[in-house]
Amino acid sequence: MDRAIEAHGLEKTYPKGVRALDGLDLEVEAGTIFGLLGPNGAGKSTTVKILTTLTRADAGEARVAGHDVVRDAARVRLAIGVVGQKHGVDPDATGCENLVLQGDLYGLPPRDVRRRADELLARFGLEDAARRLARTYSGGMRRKLDVAAALMHAPRVLFLDEPTTGLDPEARAAMWQALEQLAQEEHVTVLLTTHYLEEADRLADRLAIVDRGRVVASGTPEQLKSELHGDALVVELAEESPRALEAVSSVRSVREPSLAGRVLRARADEGARALPSVLAALEGAGVPVATATLARPSLDDVYLRHAGRTFAEAEEVRA
Amino acid sequence: MSAALFLRHVRALTVRQLLALWRQPWFVAITLVQPMIWLLLFGALFKRVVELPGFESGSYVDFLTPAIVVMSALFSGGWHGMGWINAMERGLLERFLVSPVSRAALVASGVAQQVVVILIQSLVIVGVAAAAGARLTVAGVLVTLLVAALLGAAVCALSDGLAFVARQEETLIGAVQFVAMPAMFLSSGLMAAALIPGWMRDVVRFNPVDWAVTAARTTTGSGVDWSTLGVRVALLAALGLACTAVATRAVRVYQRSV
Repeated sequence: MDRAIEAHGLEKTYPKGVRALDGLDLEVEAGTIFGLLGPNGAGKSTTVKILTTLTRADAGEARVAGHDVVRDAARVRLAIGVVGQKHGVDPDATGCENLVLQGDLYGLPPRDVRRRADELLARFGLEDAARRLARTYSGGMRRKLDVAAALMHAPRVLFLDEPTTGLDPEARAAMWQALEQLAQEEHVTVLLTTHYLEEADRLADRLAIVDRGRVVASGTPEQLKSELHGDALVVELAEESPRALEAVSSVRSVREPSLAGRVLRARADEGARALPSVLAALEGAGVPVATATLARPSLDDVYLRHAGRTFAEAEEVRA
Repeated sequence: MSAALFLRHVRALTVRQLLALWRQPWFVAITLVQPMIWLLLFGALFKRVVELPGFESGSYVDFLTPAIVVMSALFSGGWHGMGWINAMERGLLERFLVSPVSRAALVASGVAQQVVVILIQSLVIVGVAAAAGARLTVAGVLVTLLVAALLGAAVCALSDGLAFVARQEETLIGAVQFVAMPAMFLSSGLMAAALIPGWMRDVVRFNPVDWAVTAARTTTGSGVDWSTLGVRVALLAALGLACTAVATRAVRVYQRSV
């Protein structure tokens, strides 16, 4: 199988002693959309920075489009397009100028630069704004311009570092649609980082869950979810109670119970049958219940299982 | 990388920055306020300083004009790193660093843009000085523009280097405030060399601002003092190249910490 991205044992510690990557491995097949999913600070952006030659790993090696990111950085740069977390749009230039500059930087034949720029402006619905300064663009438009710029030289691998962070729901949906269409039409391999479970679920063919600088699980979203047999039970207690975990553990049809604050989680093959027993057990132990919900496994559950904490908890630790 | 591609990168990046400036010309205008105050108010206030024994120049405005051009280049170059800090915050620098653009082309484009700005500012200052009664020669103006551009280029590269390493505006503001004015006072820019206190003179000799000012004044006497001019220009050019090399290295320091 043709691999667009391969990384082995990537490690990186920042000057202040923050360990961003702790032996990260990654393999991405050509022509797929690959999602790196994890909370803020998990190491996703650092991975992208290393793979895009922006910075170097302390240990480990990586190849992108067949070239080593350190020894062959120049070749890697020609083969990739990058949309960084801080959008790299020049606000003091027009949309068109932003794209033309990008064409010059990648050494496109001068006569092709304008044509390609117009083509991409049209594809992202920015024709009418092409001659306006980018500082007048909305957040969603800027992000689209950013993606368009990254595509100017028709890269083989496109990196998108949290492409929809900070966008309102409408702009996010529009961006998702644009990216789906892109993957179909441009034959480009996409590596996308996100901390939105929904985004990874919708866009990625395969994904890797990253936690504390390592990949803790990988596969297709369906595979990852089907690893978790049965339904997820989430019971919110009216007040914190150490007895709750013990009470639920005694219910036989329930697996993997865990308690975080007032939130009790567990799995059951048939959730609807297990729920009354769970509620009865809690009542028997004198634990008041506020709400109880039952859900098909989500990526959040996958994350909880592999990282040992929920997404929200991991995000809080960073904040 | 081919030289043609390198030049294309420098040109594209330089044009980008010049276009941005062209769209906010008030920014260039504001940077001219300070030199005008020095030239017109300070010049008028110290008009009679030329009567002191040791002053060879007959008119203080004649004496002051090259110094104010050099001072303007010094400050202008000093603030240039702010543009890169801005570009870092916007993610533009990252975009350039993951593209095939070399670090040298990035630094060179900043310096090239700064030189264009300095030449424009210098011409405005020279024009105002002429209107205020300074007697200028074509050779004098050309040499002044040359040394202002060389000094400005060196300071610009240093400012960029500091920006890449420090990555915050406060550090750059502090450095410019701390260095630029003293560098001006530790030169023969505002006062004839013969009247500078002895303890200062040793510092003055090693001050690039003084190299620029004295080079600019080589044309005002009877005939051009070519040897002084040649040495000063060579020193300033070497300084410019060294600072550009330092700034290019500094980009690598930046990359290590992102």
